[in-house]
Amino acid sequence: MLAPEDEETEASSSTAQPAIELRGVTVARAGRPVWRGANVTIEQGEFVAVLGPNGSGKSTLLDLLLGLLDPAEGSVSVLGGSPGRGEQIGYLPQRHAFDQTTRIRGVDIVRLGLDGTRFGLPLPWQNAHRKKVDGAIDVVGASAYARRPIGECSGGEQQRLLIARTLIGSPKLLLLDEPLDSLDLPNQSSVSALVDRIRRERHMTVLLVAHDVNPLLPYLDRVIYIAGGRVLAGRPEEVITSETLSDLYDSPIEVLHTSDGRLVVVGLPEAPAHHHDRHAHP
Amino acid sequence: MLAQDFIRLALIAGTPIAVAGGALGYFTVLRSQVFAGETLSHVAFTGALAAAAIGIDLRFGLFAATIVAALLLAALGEKAMSNDVAIGTLLAWVLGLGALFLDLFNRSANGGNGAIAARTLFGSIFGLSTSDAELAAIIGGAVVVVLALIARPLLYATIDPKVAAASGLPIAALSAGFLALVAVDAALTTQAIGALLMLGLIAIPAGAAHRLTANAYLALALSSLFALASLWLGVILAYEIPSIPPSTAIIAVAATIYVYAFVAPRRKHTISADDGSGVGITQLG
Amino acid sequence: MNPALPWNLVKDVQQLFVYPFMVNAIEAGTTVALMAAVTGWFVVLRRQTFAAHSLSAMSFPGASGAALAGAPLPVGYFLACVIAAGAIATGSRTGNRRNPSQQSAVIGAVQVVGFALGFLFLSLYGGVLENLESLLFGSFLGITTGQVRELLGVAFGTLVFFAIAGRPLLTVSLDEVDARARGAPVRMLEIAFLLVLGLAVAATAQITGVLLVFALLVAPAAAAREFTARIGVGIALSVVIGLLVTWVGLGLSYYTNYSVGFFVTSLAFGVYLVSRASHVLAHRREALGRFEAVRAAVS
Repeated sequence: MLAPEDEETEASSSTAQPAIELRGVTVARAGRPVWRGANVTIEQGEFVAVLGPNGSGKSTLLDLLLGLLDPAEGSVSVLGGSPGRGEQIGYLPQRHAFDQTTRIRGVDIVRLGLDGTRFGLPLPWQNAHRKKVDGAIDVVGASAYARRPIGECSGGEQQRLLIARTLIGSPKLLLLDEPLDSLDLPNQSSVSALVDRIRRERHMTVLLVAHDVNPLLPYLDRVIYIAGGRVLAGRPEEVITSETLSDLYDSPIEVLHTSDGRLVVVGLPEAPAHHHDRHAHP
Repeated sequence: MLAQDFIRLALIAGTPIAVAGGALGYFTVLRSQVFAGETLSHVAFTGALAAAAIGIDLRFGLFAATIVAALLLAALGEKAMSNDVAIGTLLAWVLGLGALFLDLFNRSANGGNGAIAARTLFGSIFGLSTSDAELAAIIGGAVVVVLALIARPLLYATIDPKVAAASGLPIAALSAGFLALVAVDAALTTQAIGALLMLGLIAIPAGAAHRLTANAYLALALSSLFALASLWLGVILAYEIPSIPPSTAIIAVAATIYVYAFVAPRRKHTISADDGSGVGITQLG
Repeated sequence: MNPALPWNLVKDVQQLFVYPFMVNAIEAGTTVALMAAVTGWFVVLRRQTFAAHSLSAMSFPGASGAALAGAPLPVGYFLACVIAAGAIATGSRTGNRRNPSQQSAVIGAVQVVGFALGFLFLSLYGGVLENLESLLFGSFLGITTGQVRELLGVAFGTLVFFAIAGRPLLTVSLDEVDARARGAPVRMLEIAFLLVLGLAVAATAQITGVLLVFALLVAPAAAAREFTARIGVGIALSVVIGLLVTWVGLGLSYYTNYSVGFFVTSLAFGVYLVSRASHVLAHRREALGRFEAVRAAVS
């Protein structure tokens, strides 16, 4: 198979241990398996895209890493420990855009990324927070519109603000669930570039669920492809090939390379809701 | 029971109102325009009280207010109606205005014993004079006839507006006409069971019918049937147990039917209930 | 007791405090306005005005039922609204927010049943003629000191709730998935908020009447949110608007002897209109400014 199985170094220097490691993992929802036998190792600092058809279980992978779901089989380790939402993981869930009626400023939403779940009144003299908030907004380049109601910002602007919210806790691992989904092509490219730049500057590991790999291709170290109840991980040029995908989908798929370096996948079946029904492989 | 005049008049007036209301209600629920019914019920109250305060026949204000409001709703269209905060605030003001007219009326020469509020808000179906009942029956009957004529194109326009428009149906006119019919029926129903309970004959039987079947014509028939049953059974109930006001009795029957529709085993629909905008945050797999 | 309205504002205000019943009314109104404004800010944020509608309809049978049972009216208000809030909380997980058509049909049904029930209780109690108007449209004549104390207690409780849980509630309201992933007790907060909303509706209905709860619960908060998107400022502004609307409404009603509900709703609606207009104007100005900037850059 294609999942390079790096040896787990027992030396627990945090720079050497993988950011994410799945060994023989099967996950199930409502008693039915979503995908099985996943063996994936992601090193720290890598930029990874999670691809696959709708309903294949990409968000399930994120839930697993966040500790919101336990594996039915196998073991999972995240940043050397068990999965669970800690300060070290930044999570940007999939969501529809804030609409006009959400009259809350972007800067406040970013600030809530820091202390939003804490009970009690926010104290007005916490200036340290202010700096972190402004810093995160600066990093994503959203200073010009952070003080507008977020519902009035465009899709790309909203996404940048939400990324700032995710960054504000200085996480080591970023999990982004379909952040590019509702953006137009130019924004997809610029947000992808932004994520990559931040990743390199802060030495973060990034897992980004996407539908279309092309905006991310220039930056990707690894691809995790989930389909047909199976999980494949490897370099993009290894995973996104006609042979690999045909095998994964159990039907003829062709991957074409355009002259400007884009990948086009042809022959994908209409995404059924439950892949594991047609999955015959153990 | 039928020997009693007030019962007979109530049934004579109420029957076409209920049949029309049920059928109109079916379309109201189908077109997601229940809020329009709410609006009209508030406006009906205020319109009636305004007429009373001025010193003219209540029904004048009733019909004028509801029809004008309906045409405004038709003109403003869907977008304006989606802001429920704005609508709610506006409707609260409309009711507040009605409270002012109530005050004015109570203080005027005709100001009675305060029964007008109860009558307008909760109806007076047992208090109809012969001419009242006859007028209501005629108008109600006319609504039924008009609705029967436009039912099919209205259904078509509701389910598939683009195709319907392409085949020449005057969508805007149909929408406006529909709302006008609802307005007239709302005014009639207000006289029967009151502005606050009006939706009980218009939306509730229709809601029940919608739950029971996806077959349009069957649901339409059921809506009218349920509304009619609510009226008749309600009247009978109020007659047998005089301490129950008739409007309450009618609502009680309608609500019972509604609850039954929710509790009864559902038939499998081919069109499953929509669960929203399709943003699947946790995707099944 | 229909004093003419002299133009000396200070004297007019002083006059308001002469009669104990009026003092009670002002105290009760102030308390309720404060509580409603803060709660309302969250109601508008969470787009749960539908719940407010249903709950206010339920306060009517609550109050008239209490009268029928010989219990004090406030008990009826609070009990009915809290029970109804609990019912909404348990039922509301089934995508209630996503299917607006079905939702409005259900609200309509609930409201109608509530009104019918309330009317039934009132008829059985025999108090339709005397009580209907004040129950539905508000009245400040009969507020006892006991009632004032109760309202203060309830208001204090709700403000404490928001002081403690307001921030996580805000986070949950903005992005539920994110909040849950970060460990916020989403379900508990949602249920608690609905219960608090029930209390706020019950309290407000005692002042504005069952039908006009929106005027103090929703309108001030909605107006405030048009003026500002800031959180603390928005809540404070909501309170200020609510208080002003209540005080001026009470004062006008006292002097003109016309329905307090009319004045409160008209003032609330007026402020809301102004807020919407100012928002539109601010937008135009901003858009114009940007247009000018572009034009300057291009030329």
